[in-house]
Amino acid sequence: MSCTVSMTVNGKTVSREVEERTLLVAFLREHLGLTGTHVGCDTSQCGACVVHVDGRSVKSCTTLAVQANGTEVTTIEGLAAADGTLHPMQAAFREHHGLQCGFCTPGMVMSAVDLVRDNPNPTEAEIREGLEGNICRCTGYHNIVKAVKAGAEAMSGAQPAPVAAE
Amino acid sequence: MANPNGIGASVRRREDQRFLTGRGNYTDDFKRLNMTHAVHVRSPYAHARIMGIDFTDALAMPGVVAVLTGADMEADKVGSLPCGWQIHSKDGSPMKEPPHYPLARDRVRYVGDAVAVVIAETREQARDAAEMVVVDYEEMPAVGSSTRAIAGGAPLVHDDAPDNVCYDWHLGDKAAVDAAFANAAHVAKIDLVNQRLVPNAMEPRAAMGEYDQSTGEYTLTTTSQNPHVTRLLMGAFVLGIPEHKLRVVAPDVGGGFGSKIFHYGEEAVVTWAARKVGRPVKWTADRSESFLTDAHGRDHVSHAELAMDADGNFLALRVSTLANLGAYLSTFAPSIPTYLYATLLAGQYKTPAIYAEVKAVFTNTSPVDAYRGAGRPEACYLIERLVDVAAGVMGMDKTEIRRRNFVPKEAMPYQTPVALQYDTGDFAKNLDIALPLVDYPGFQQRRAESKARGKLRGIGFATYIEACGIAPSNVAGALGARAGLYECAEVRFHPTGSVTVFTGSHSHGQGHETTFAQIVADRFGIPIENVEIVHGDTNKIPFGMGTYGSRSLAVGGSALVKAMDKVERKAKKIAAHMLEAAETDIEVKEGRFTVAGTDKSLGIGDIALQAYVPHNFPLDELEPGLDEQAFYDPKNFTYPNGCHVCEVEIDPDTGVTTIVSFAAVDDFGNVINPLIVEGQVHGGLVQGIGQALYENCVYDEESGQLVTGSYMDYCMPRADDVPSFTVRYHEDQPCTHNPLGVKGCGEAGTIGAAAAVMNAVVDALSEYGVTHMDMPATPEKVWRTIRDAAPAPAMAAE
Repeated sequence: MSCTVSMTVNGKTVSREVEERTLLVAFLREHLGLTGTHVGCDTSQCGACVVHVDGRSVKSCTTLAVQANGTEVTTIEGLAAADGTLHPMQAAFREHHGLQCGFCTPGMVMSAVDLVRDNPNPTEAEIREGLEGNICRCTGYHNIVKAVKAGAEAMSGAQPAPVAAE
Repeated sequence: MANPNGIGASVRRREDQRFLTGRGNYTDDFKRLNMTHAVHVRSPYAHARIMGIDFTDALAMPGVVAVLTGADMEADKVGSLPCGWQIHSKDGSPMKEPPHYPLARDRVRYVGDAVAVVIAETREQARDAAEMVVVDYEEMPAVGSSTRAIAGGAPLVHDDAPDNVCYDWHLGDKAAVDAAFANAAHVAKIDLVNQRLVPNAMEPRAAMGEYDQSTGEYTLTTTSQNPHVTRLLMGAFVLGIPEHKLRVVAPDVGGGFGSKIFHYGEEAVVTWAARKVGRPVKWTADRSESFLTDAHGRDHVSHAELAMDADGNFLALRVSTLANLGAYLSTFAPSIPTYLYATLLAGQYKTPAIYAEVKAVFTNTSPVDAYRGAGRPEACYLIERLVDVAAGVMGMDKTEIRRRNFVPKEAMPYQTPVALQYDTGDFAKNLDIALPLVDYPGFQQRRAESKARGKLRGIGFATYIEACGIAPSNVAGALGARAGLYECAEVRFHPTGSVTVFTGSHSHGQGHETTFAQIVADRFGIPIENVEIVHGDTNKIPFGMGTYGSRSLAVGGSALVKAMDKVERKAKKIAAHMLEAAETDIEVKEGRFTVAGTDKSLGIGDIALQAYVPHNFPLDELEPGLDEQAFYDPKNFTYPNGCHVCEVEIDPDTGVTTIVSFAAVDDFGNVINPLIVEGQVHGGLVQGIGQALYENCVYDEESGQLVTGSYMDYCMPRADDVPSFTVRYHEDQPCTHNPLGVKGCGEAGTIGAAAAVMNAVVDALSEYGVTHMDMPATPEKVWRTIRDAAPAPAMAAE
């Protein structure tokens, strides 16, 4: 059985005929070719699949595509500015070596952006607690924590207006 | 530093742009025209006979293209997955080496053993159909642990491996050790388990096979740390495809930690099946499959004894280890509990006599092979726990007993009694740097403050040394390796002066695209942007042994230097010709070729252009082009070493252990990129901490069922479980036998951390009379230990 799913992904309206059981992550990866969102587990534990649905972080491996019908979805591919300028959080991950193999990175960055949205000036403990739903096997989290702290500072310094406008 | 992006600079990684923007290319990201999807049917039993497989209903399911079994592979003469290392037992007999087919033929030997593969238009259709395959199993008694495997009358995993023993091996001088024990003033003893771990790279394994009917060429895209090795093993031993008709690509790979070194059955299945069905076939593991079928790590049960004189000087070490190899021999499995373990049992100490026995056994569990550190964490953990026990026996300070027994820097190069020759190391210096970092003198006061809050505080030290830069081929060969362990690099200057480097090393997080480019930029004085590093494709790179054992920089980087030497020699000839000077008069510095004593000079860019536009070359003396290749085979292992110190606080009411501080001081020889080196240490530390406090792969001993088969059951360390770290290194003891003076840093953190944490935990619990606790020190285990112990005097008073 199939159904039509429509949503806005990274600012572009998309519509596809999919099986009803299609997961959001499969919709993004298989149907839209947005392979930046990863699947690292099958129990909603690792967070490699985190995307934003209407601005909030969501594990796309346990969300049906139909549940995202009519929403605005942002994936890691849609985070940088149109001219390619990295989002402050992406830039902070690069500057502080917050990634190694890169597999958990998209989910980690998307979670971090949402974390900072809720808490613009998080402490180390708050960052660590806030990233509890994302597993990284490479970095030992040390540099991720530094990156998120720096990213948070850059976000509050660089773009207060867009946050207030939402 | 001449070049801002040269050796020693914390250059930000060039690969990050694609990873941060979702443009990485991991195996599961690839799509091909007409691609099909494979799902494996796997055994739910640890041990069973396959009486029959009925896939009639599965074949009739929507979208199903084919269902293939071990019988189909047998008919096509598909071979067994080979083992790359042969060990001989004490009596000289070769290890037992039972066949390991990609799809089981008549018997399954662990939960997850593949019996059939379903190929369909979509992954979901393949999954649905796989559930419809009916396998008639006759369940057999199983062996779920190494201790059960050697118990009398245990079921046999392989009929031709009596008592489930693969080999019974030893190393060292038993007579000398026995004599030393006979004369010892004190003996420290320990029994310990180094538990089984699941490597858990975040990217699950995946493989895509393609067959081109027009050329007869196969392509395998796979999550591998060493694509050339996979090509050799799969091509030559399993599928019978010659190298020139088989391309193996390992694109972006999401972490390995050892688990992606090995040639796995699924790689052979998709490659073989691609030709059978005439279409590309892709398989991607889900996490449950990764838990079941990735090669696991560690799984030792050991007894060790340390003989000392009256002053606490180590006289001899005696070790007996039972190692679990799982149901089949994975690619490098036999070497891990032998030559990567027992050879490191000297540690940093000048113990004159060492004897180790290792019995390796088959069980009905997933194969066990190298996992980050691979044998060396097992050695470090055993030695460092035993040294702490010895300090207790002697009533000595834990740093003092270590310092007293360190191999002194002046004794380098030092021949250990267990085969290795350490080239450099200043172990006392590592400790000297570490002690102020952790304010060791202030520890007792901190402990008292914790106690006042009802908490238990402990401090733990671990020193480690590892053999990296694997490996000198002559040594490896003498020890049973069936291949050499050199590395290859090609340096290709293009006409306009940019460079492409082809390396047999493979990056799956290590950042070679940055560090290898730094080495080239540094040598030739060119912008790092002009250097491209290519890895992971057997059609592009001449050859390669891949990345594991902290070998990329020490061996792959050395090959790169060797190739650059050749480029420079050729460039010098070209410069001499163009500058009309004798070759011997040309001086070279950072890519500038100058006639000595003159201002006549050429840059490497000019020379590269002339190399490809050779209008006036004396062709009988000088051939066009500037493209050189080198193979480097190391003369010795490299020996990274260090000192890790962990301080913990335990809540006796909950059993929860909190790491208060962790300092790591390491000697990696020279450092190319400090930022990346520190990142490697951080990651390694958390894997070691994970083993000490959280991770434990549990099989039911009798049924052989995997109990911890998901992230719900297997506790991965998360951001809020670990602290930030204090990391220091020194470059005073560079490696003496490779051109970069580097030792390797990939595994160090994991090797030292588990021992440091457990020594701290045991120290914290010492007032309860605890002298050892097996890992992981979970809250439950700690709480029960405290409950079962006699109440500590101070606590009882409360």
